[in-house]
Amino acid sequence: MSQGEQVLSYPIPSRTALEPPEEWAQLRQQCPVARVSLPSGDEATLITRYADVKQVLSDPRFTRALNADDAARISTNESGGVFNSEMATVLPQSGEGHQLWRRMISKWFTAKRMMALRPRIEAMADQLIDEMVRKGHPADLKASLGFPLPVWVICDMLGVPEADRDRFSHWSDALLNLTRFSQAEVDAAQAEFARYMAGHIAAKRAEPGDDLLSVLITDTDAAGAHMPDAGLVATGQGLLMAGHETTANMIGKMVAMLLADRGRWEQLLANPALVRTAVEEALRLDANPGFGMPRYITEEVEVAGTVLPRGTTVVCSMASANRDETVFDHAEDMDLGRSPNPHLAFGAGAHSCLGQALARTELQVVLEVLLRRLPTLELAVPADELRRVEGLVVGGLREVPVRW
Amino acid sequence: MKVSVDEAKCCGAGQCVLLAPEVFDQREDDGIVVLLDETPAEHLHDVVREAASVCPAAAIELSENA
Repeated sequence: MSQGEQVLSYPIPSRTALEPPEEWAQLRQQCPVARVSLPSGDEATLITRYADVKQVLSDPRFTRALNADDAARISTNESGGVFNSEMATVLPQSGEGHQLWRRMISKWFTAKRMMALRPRIEAMADQLIDEMVRKGHPADLKASLGFPLPVWVICDMLGVPEADRDRFSHWSDALLNLTRFSQAEVDAAQAEFARYMAGHIAAKRAEPGDDLLSVLITDTDAAGAHMPDAGLVATGQGLLMAGHETTANMIGKMVAMLLADRGRWEQLLANPALVRTAVEEALRLDANPGFGMPRYITEEVEVAGTVLPRGTTVVCSMASANRDETVFDHAEDMDLGRSPNPHLAFGAGAHSCLGQALARTELQVVLEVLLRRLPTLELAVPADELRRVEGLVVGGLREVPVRW
Repeated sequence: MKVSVDEAKCCGAGQCVLLAPEVFDQREDDGIVVLLDETPAEHLHDVVREAASVCPAAAIELSENA
């Protein structure tokens, strides 16, 4: 970016909820390594091309140490929200420690386990759709289906009883905020969550079940690597925050994208075998995924011919990368059968989304069940009247009004 | 086609198993990739290429002329 040019504010606002800001294409073509100003006022470097985003996310020199003194703060909140939370300091963030923790968690998210979870998720989706249909249309598909489903699944995995699911939803919402909640509200949610989890973990230590936390306790003890409570709380919080809001919003956005041009929905009704590739295409074209992925470098690194000095905070826009015309043919078009579709919605490299098989499974199941149960589904408002949520790390739609 | 996998790179995303369960599996205890068939039958080549191309860790290598 040449001198005197204005520094872009990031995130870049978009005119409509489902479309990307025009600046993305311009940045990819003219300024793939751009200076931006974050909500905190701090400056960072925005990366928008596919190859560069993939390089940064796969290169361990781009660390997650966003709590470094000279790292850009993301938000105006003192704590910096999710990226600077305790979770990010308690859990090992790199190297062997990270790999060990990740592998212990990963066994909960293997493709086979997800296949085995399918019938349960399907039953949950059916139950939620029953309730939505009973209340009648128009209905908000996000509140009725998108939001509850993933938190039910995560609570199940953590061994949290059904009665506590709503509290988990709230905590998850508050802990991911950038600007929507006050610092006092975020702190209160954090404290309540930690208190709840401390009790929950004590119960699991006393009487282990077959949930993820119990097995993590038993396995780490057996390996002689006792996992302290703080690590277990952070694991629970991480899974909730990573697995709830993201998937909840993606369900809403996916359905909205597919109904915005009803020909897409009809194509799926005619050929339900397209569900898998349609989910991938919705993930790729999500123009509103949230903040993107921040990284911090402690040494000089070159990206796209630009030398980034040590101490630079880099923000990767995976959503822009996913529309890179040099990688995807007709990148702006939604092609429900697109294959292969190597999008970066889940990141790349050693930190790519741990729960991506779960997210894919939930999205596929929701779509299958909706096509089966509500083939006449349509948006109850014009697509350009859909509104984005404000102030979350994770992007989404405020409501997805539907009828059938 | 000859397939090889790099366990050290693998991040356990499970995409390959979802796409081609005849060729790839994941270890029960940590989700790391297990190669079931290093010379898959021809009808699986497309889906194996897809698995390699979408692997987030680039842990699947193909040699097409083997």
